[in-house]
Amino acid sequence: MIQETLAPAIRVRDVVVGFGQRVVLAGVSLDVARGEILGFVGGSGSGKSVLLRTIIGLLPKRSGTIEIDGIDLERATAEQTLALERRTGVLFQHGALFSSLTARENIGFAIREHLRLSEQMIDDIAIMKLAMVGIKRKDVDKYPAELSGGMTKRVALARALALDPEILFLDEPTSGLDPISAGEFDVLLRTLQQTLGLTVFMVTHDLETLNAVCDRVAVLADGRIAALGTVVEVKHSNHPWARAYFAGRRAQSLAARLATATA
Amino acid sequence: MLTETAAVDQLHLHVDQSGGQTVMRAVGAWVAESAAVIETEFGLVLGHGAPLPAEHHAILDLSRIEKLDTYGALLITSAVERMRTRGGTLEVLNVPTLFASLLQTVGSAWQEPPPPAAQVSIVANVLDRSRSGIVGAGRDLLVLLDMLGATAHALAAVVARPATFRSTSTVHHLDRVGLQALPIVLLITILIGGIIAQQGFFHFRKFGADEYVVDMVGILVLREIGVLIVAIMVAGRSGSSYTAELGSMKMREEIDALRTMGLDPVAVLILPRVIALVIALPILAFLGSMSALLGGGLVAWLYAGMSPEIFIARLKEAITLTHFQVGIIKAPFMALVIGIVACAEGLKVKGSSESLGLQTTASVVKAIFLVIVLDGLFAIFFASIGM
Repeated sequence: MIQETLAPAIRVRDVVVGFGQRVVLAGVSLDVARGEILGFVGGSGSGKSVLLRTIIGLLPKRSGTIEIDGIDLERATAEQTLALERRTGVLFQHGALFSSLTARENIGFAIREHLRLSEQMIDDIAIMKLAMVGIKRKDVDKYPAELSGGMTKRVALARALALDPEILFLDEPTSGLDPISAGEFDVLLRTLQQTLGLTVFMVTHDLETLNAVCDRVAVLADGRIAALGTVVEVKHSNHPWARAYFAGRRAQSLAARLATATA
Repeated sequence: MLTETAAVDQLHLHVDQSGGQTVMRAVGAWVAESAAVIETEFGLVLGHGAPLPAEHHAILDLSRIEKLDTYGALLITSAVERMRTRGGTLEVLNVPTLFASLLQTVGSAWQEPPPPAAQVSIVANVLDRSRSGIVGAGRDLLVLLDMLGATAHALAAVVARPATFRSTSTVHHLDRVGLQALPIVLLITILIGGIIAQQGFFHFRKFGADEYVVDMVGILVLREIGVLIVAIMVAGRSGSSYTAELGSMKMREEIDALRTMGLDPVAVLILPRVIALVIALPILAFLGSMSALLGGGLVAWLYAGMSPEIFIARLKEAITLTHFQVGIIKAPFMALVIGIVACAEGLKVKGSSESLGLQTTASVVKAIFLVIVLDGLFAIFFASIGM
C-alpha cells in the first residue's frame, strides 16, 4: 500500500516516564503505521495506560520524542495541536463521560464545539453513533449515572468516534462488555478501520479482540517493548511473559473453541 | 462566468432536473468538515419540510464521491429516510465498493430522533412547578424527620451500649467544626459587635442616649446576634462540608459498602458529626458573644470615648443571666437542625457531580432558613414564658 511509505501515524522513540523514584517506561520505541490496528498488552501495572496517556499528552515524559502524524506535540503550534486533537479520539478506561450531560449530549458536545452543524444534524449524528455501538433509542437521554457499566463503555466509545477521528486511542475498550457486544465491537472496529482508514492504538486484555482485529501486537514488560509482531509471531517469541499470556489456559481454550468452530 | 464555474466546483451536489427527474451527483469529499455545507445543499434541492408532489422520485449518484465518513453517510441515509417518510423516494446509485459497508453500517444504525418535547403553556408550566415545589417541600420535611428519627435511634443504641460510641470520629469532627472554626468566628463576631456599637453611638448621640448603646449591644448580642451569626457561619462552613463529604461517599458507593458490612451509616457517619456540632456550636456561640461584646467595648472606648470601666459597669446593670440563657439555650437546637439538614442533603446526592453541587447549595440554604425560623419560634416561646 502507498500509505506505508508515508511517515507512521504514531512514532514513539526512547520514551522514559517515571513517578518519583519509580521508572515505569524505560525507553519505549514503537511505530504505529497508518491504517493499522495495534494491540498493546502487558501485565497489570506494567505501564500500558501510562504509555497511552503519555502519547496523548496527559502525562509528562522525562526524555524521548513522540510524534503523531509527524507532529511533535511539545513543539507544535496551538493550531497544530487543535487540529491534531480534532483528528484523534480517546476512549478512557472508565468512560470519563460528563456526568451532567445525557448520553446524547455527551456525543453532541464535541461535535458542537468543532463543527458548525444544525441542531437536527447533531442530534442525528449523536443518535446514529450511539446506535452504532448498540445503545438503544430509549437510553439516549439517560445520564451517565443511570447507565450500566457496559453501557457507559459504549457511550464513551461513541464519544471517542464522534468526530470520525483518524487515530483512535482505546484503553481497554471491551472490558465490561458481554462477549456478544465485544464481538460486535470487533466487527464495528474493523468496518470503521477499513472504510475510514482508521489507525487504532488499543490497550486490551481481550484475547479474542487481539486475534480478531489486531494487525500487530506489542507486549510491554519491564518498561520496554518485549515483543512486537502479529499475534502468531508474538505467540512464538522468546519472551516468557508473552508466551505465558498467549499459551495460558484461557488462550488455549479459546484456540480450541476457534478450532472446533472452523472444523 | 468564471466565478460561477468556481462556485459549481465547490458544490458537493450537482443537480440535473432536465429529464423531468431530479438527478443529484455527489462530488468530492463528504466528510465531517463539509457536512454543514452539504446539509444546506440537500435542504435546497429536496426542500425539507415542504410538501412533495405525488410520487416524487429523485436519484442520488455516488460514483464521483471521493471521500466518505460517517457524517457523509448519515447525510445520505437521513435524506433517503426523510424522503420516504414524506411519501417520495430517493434512490442511491453507483455506490463505490469501498464505501458500501460504511453506508450499510450507518444505514442500519439510523433512527429518527425522538420528537422534541411538546411546548407547554406558561400557565401550566408555572402551576406544574408550584405543584412539584410544594410536594418537594413536603417530602423534604419527611426526609428531615426521618433523618432526625434515625439519628435519635442511633443515639439510643449508643446509650444502651456505650462501647459502640465512635469517640475518635466525634473528637475528629469536634476539632474540625469547633477548634478550626474558632479564628474566623471570633474575627467576624468582634467586627459585628463593633459595627453595632458604632451605629448605636452615631444615632443615639443625636438625642443624648449614649449610655443606652451598651444596653442595646449587650442584649442584642447575648439574646440574638451572637448565636444567630455563629449558627449561620457554621451552616455555611461545616454544614456544606458535611454534605459534600457524605455526598461523595454516596457517589462512590462507600455508604452501600458500609451497609453490606452490617454497619449502620447513621451510627458510623452521621451521629458523630451531629454530636460534634451540638457540642461545638454552644461553645462557639458563647465565645462569639464574648468577642462581640469585646468589639462593642473597643468601639465604645476608641470611637465614643467611653472608658472600659464605665462600659463594664453599665453592661453589668443592663444585662442579666436570663439574656445569656435565652441566647445559649438556642445553640444546641440550631446545631441539631444544621447537622440533620446537612447529612440528609448529603445522602440525597445521586451519581453526577452536578447533583453534588446542587445538594450542597440546598444544604446551606435550607439550614440557614431553618435556623432563622427556629430563632423566630424561640422568640415567641421566650416572650410567652416571660424570659
